[in-house]
Amino acid sequence: MEELIFGRLTLREIPYDNPIIMATLGGSTMLLLCIAFLIWYHGKWSYLWKEWFTSVDHKRIGIMYVVLALVMLLRGFADALLMRTQQALAEGSAQGYLPPDHYNQIFSAHGTIMIIFVAMPFFIGLMNIIVPLQIGARDVAYPFLNSVSFWLTASSAALVMLSLGLGNFSHAGWSGYPPLSEKYYSPGPGVDYWIWGLQLGGVGTLMTGINFFVTILRLRAPGMTLMKMPIFSWTILVTNVLIMLAFPVLTVVLALLALDRYTGMHFFTNHGGGNLMMFTNLFWIWGHPEVYIVILPAFGIYSEVAATFSKKRLFGYTSMVYASVAIATLSFMVWLHHFFTMGAGANVNAFFGIATMVIAIPTGVKIFNWLFTFYRGRIEFTTPVLWTLGFIVTFCIGGMTGVLLAVPGADFELHNSEFLIAHFHNMLIPGALFGYFAGYAYWFPKVFGFKLDETWGKRAFWLWIVGFYLAFMPLYALGFMGMPRRLIHYDNSHWQPYLVVALSGTLIIFGGILCQILQLTLSIRNRARLRDETGDPWDGRTLEWSTPSPPPAYNFARIPQIHTRDAFHSMKKQARRTEEVDYEAILLPRSSSLGPIMGGLTFVLGFSLVWYLWWSAILALAGLIGCVIARSWDEHTEEELSAQEVRAIETALRHPGASVSFAEKSPPIQNLTFERSPLP
Amino acid sequence: MKKWIIPWMGALLLCPSWLWACTGNCGDQWAVLTPRGTIAGQEKTLILTALGLMLLVVVPVILMTFLFAWKYRASNPRADYDPDWDHSPLIEWVVWTIPTLIVAVLGYLVWTSSHTLSPYRPIASSQPQFEVQVVAMDWKWLFIYPEWHIATVNRLVIPAGVPIHFSLTSDAVMSSFFIPQLGGQIYAMAGMKTHLHLIADRPGVFQGYNTQFSGQGFSGMTFETVATSGEAFRQWVHQVETGGQVLDRATFAILEKPSINEAPRLYSLALPDLFDSILSKDTTLRTMTSHSPAPMTAIED
Repeated sequence: MEELIFGRLTLREIPYDNPIIMATLGGSTMLLLCIAFLIWYHGKWSYLWKEWFTSVDHKRIGIMYVVLALVMLLRGFADALLMRTQQALAEGSAQGYLPPDHYNQIFSAHGTIMIIFVAMPFFIGLMNIIVPLQIGARDVAYPFLNSVSFWLTASSAALVMLSLGLGNFSHAGWSGYPPLSEKYYSPGPGVDYWIWGLQLGGVGTLMTGINFFVTILRLRAPGMTLMKMPIFSWTILVTNVLIMLAFPVLTVVLALLALDRYTGMHFFTNHGGGNLMMFTNLFWIWGHPEVYIVILPAFGIYSEVAATFSKKRLFGYTSMVYASVAIATLSFMVWLHHFFTMGAGANVNAFFGIATMVIAIPTGVKIFNWLFTFYRGRIEFTTPVLWTLGFIVTFCIGGMTGVLLAVPGADFELHNSEFLIAHFHNMLIPGALFGYFAGYAYWFPKVFGFKLDETWGKRAFWLWIVGFYLAFMPLYALGFMGMPRRLIHYDNSHWQPYLVVALSGTLIIFGGILCQILQLTLSIRNRARLRDETGDPWDGRTLEWSTPSPPPAYNFARIPQIHTRDAFHSMKKQARRTEEVDYEAILLPRSSSLGPIMGGLTFVLGFSLVWYLWWSAILALAGLIGCVIARSWDEHTEEELSAQEVRAIETALRHPGASVSFAEKSPPIQNLTFERSPLP
Repeated sequence: MKKWIIPWMGALLLCPSWLWACTGNCGDQWAVLTPRGTIAGQEKTLILTALGLMLLVVVPVILMTFLFAWKYRASNPRADYDPDWDHSPLIEWVVWTIPTLIVAVLGYLVWTSSHTLSPYRPIASSQPQFEVQVVAMDWKWLFIYPEWHIATVNRLVIPAGVPIHFSLTSDAVMSSFFIPQLGGQIYAMAGMKTHLHLIADRPGVFQGYNTQFSGQGFSGMTFETVATSGEAFRQWVHQVETGGQVLDRATFAILEKPSINEAPRLYSLALPDLFDSILSKDTTLRTMTSHSPAPMTAIED
């Protein structure tokens, strides 16, 4: 009976005996309570609920995605710091300070969180904010679906965070290879947290992919043919095609593993006809395109930044587009390079090795095109440009080691070593994260109406880049010394100095993160000084800069007619930006509380499945289906903004001194100026 | 402007500590760069050749980045400024062609080396092949010498100058068998048999690892590989045979239990078909299932 009600959940699942976890848990609980109290004290809960949580405005959803990514970045980085400290200490007779059980969870959580809950929400947030603005649309194709996607992602992130304090997280690595992740070897709830965290968030990501694919293909402004579309929107289009093709594979492979674990099937077990290599193949058929899913958007950001701050057109636009499409196509043909050591024949290994190298061609073309965008430009060394230059130099090194790993004969010596760790961090940190940071600094004034503090931004950059080299170059050296990845302890005094240097690099990166926190705080405090009234602080070239900052809920009072590639740049040149226009009534999607409710139910569903609480799993699933049915009966999903209301908003936005008295009364217009929508 | 160049240079100088190591005069701790066998030697040459070829592009690109960023800085009024220049057929041809050529050369290298260095390819030698069977267990390595009727745990002894054929499987989760100084690495998977051919050119002691994370005891799953002369090897076998410990069903049942940081052990072997029976193991005792196990055939066996 007790099992029927509580499943396998008991109070013993709280890790009382681990002081590190309990302290973290205590600290973060206190922090959360403080934040909740402060919000209540200032009476902002209903504001948050009405204007943010239930909002279906793509800009607000985008901001919430980025906030989620930044919070999770702190968690993922804390994991990195713990690991680096352990490895710097645990040589010879010293055992370090982490028990194996905890250490194994930490590296599994670090990988899962950084890929699924930092990289993904960060770029999805940026694309949410920018893509509709860049293509001249008033919102995404399916605004409500967008809200549901976000809440699915947020609730699966919460599920992964919860594993810290209740039960444990997977200790089978972020890639969760069976048979280690099978029930026989990992009976606890850890792997189940991992499965449902990835699975439910993955569904959200898949819906986002469909949403933006349709948005870009169907909602572009008149005249914007595909080859006149800004390059960031192009990379996002390609990324979303990859999402739509790759994520269903992840869904299937996780479902098969769940069937093994929950119902005793034998897809990947050691016996009963199971084959773990089926999992490994399927996982990387998703996993390799996933690398490009997180990197291509950053490529798009670098292209925008390079052109804008060189005050020049992007060099080789057509090449860039073809290169992106080529990268995406090839990314599905290389998955086997993650396990050349499986023992496949020479022909198979050679095919996948060569296919992998071929990707270096379009990637190389992109690098050259960025360089020739700088060539004969007038480069302003703003923070986004620093991130871009740091990326180009660092990414070249990572690309080189990547091609090296693509040579099967070389991979046999370097696979699964610290060299591999150095390589993929060398791709993902400059290749993805630096790009997102560049995008964050570049588009921040568009979103909030004031710039970020440049001094602290540059300090953050320098600490990040120096810390990066110190943290990861020693790992290449350790790879040449034969050090396997994921060791909790080693008996080799030659390795220790390199691991200590790596730790010092991590600490310097930590300094960079502190600078970024400081930068945000100072920028908010000095927002009056940093304010941008024009909506176009960088002399931008694409359409998002033609709107006021922050843009009104409907983005464009009149959808512009597009004639050229750098649409806004040529509009400015031809002074085509007319102030007096005939405004028209605009249909806006209505906020809906079903998004956060479905997110909450998804959380309950995931939690119940982890702990075998079948009754509440069934209830949550029924609730989710009920929400979908309720939504499909709702006929009031949009509301109209009359032409007069639009005119009033536009006048207020274009002439900030003018009265906004009208706006005070009408909810959808209420939060257009920064004073009313402060940073979350 | 000068203030951002100095830290850059500093960071760059710090980074390629491993490039220094490639130049040769390094100690045995640089396991991958100090090969002690033909296969490892070829793999090292391959690594350095591929690196060299790529540096042909990577170095100019990095230099160009610094050069362009410096020359076309906004504060330099003497540099050309061409805001509408966005296409040049010549440059586009060059930037597509150069990476393509490099990749074509590397591709040729990949094709040939994948075949010559395939772990499944026997090493050409006048000496007959020496057989070792390797079983990854939770969390130790079991080495079986089928021709000599002995077995060891976490210690591999092989004759130097003789090509070794390893057959590998796993008694538990997936592991990866790796002796960097002799050449790399193949997975050991339950129910499947993989192969690896290595050789030690001269006597010596080389560190071996499991590189595939396998759970709690993963870090302690290391072993020493001792390459000896043929005569010393026969003496060692004799010692092991008379050493007293016998690997029979009962001992194996104890050995099979998960254990951490196992010290080396030596056995004479009472179970001649131990490797094959692990490969096609009856696992019904482990689970509730009533299915009889269906052993996988090896991949390209």
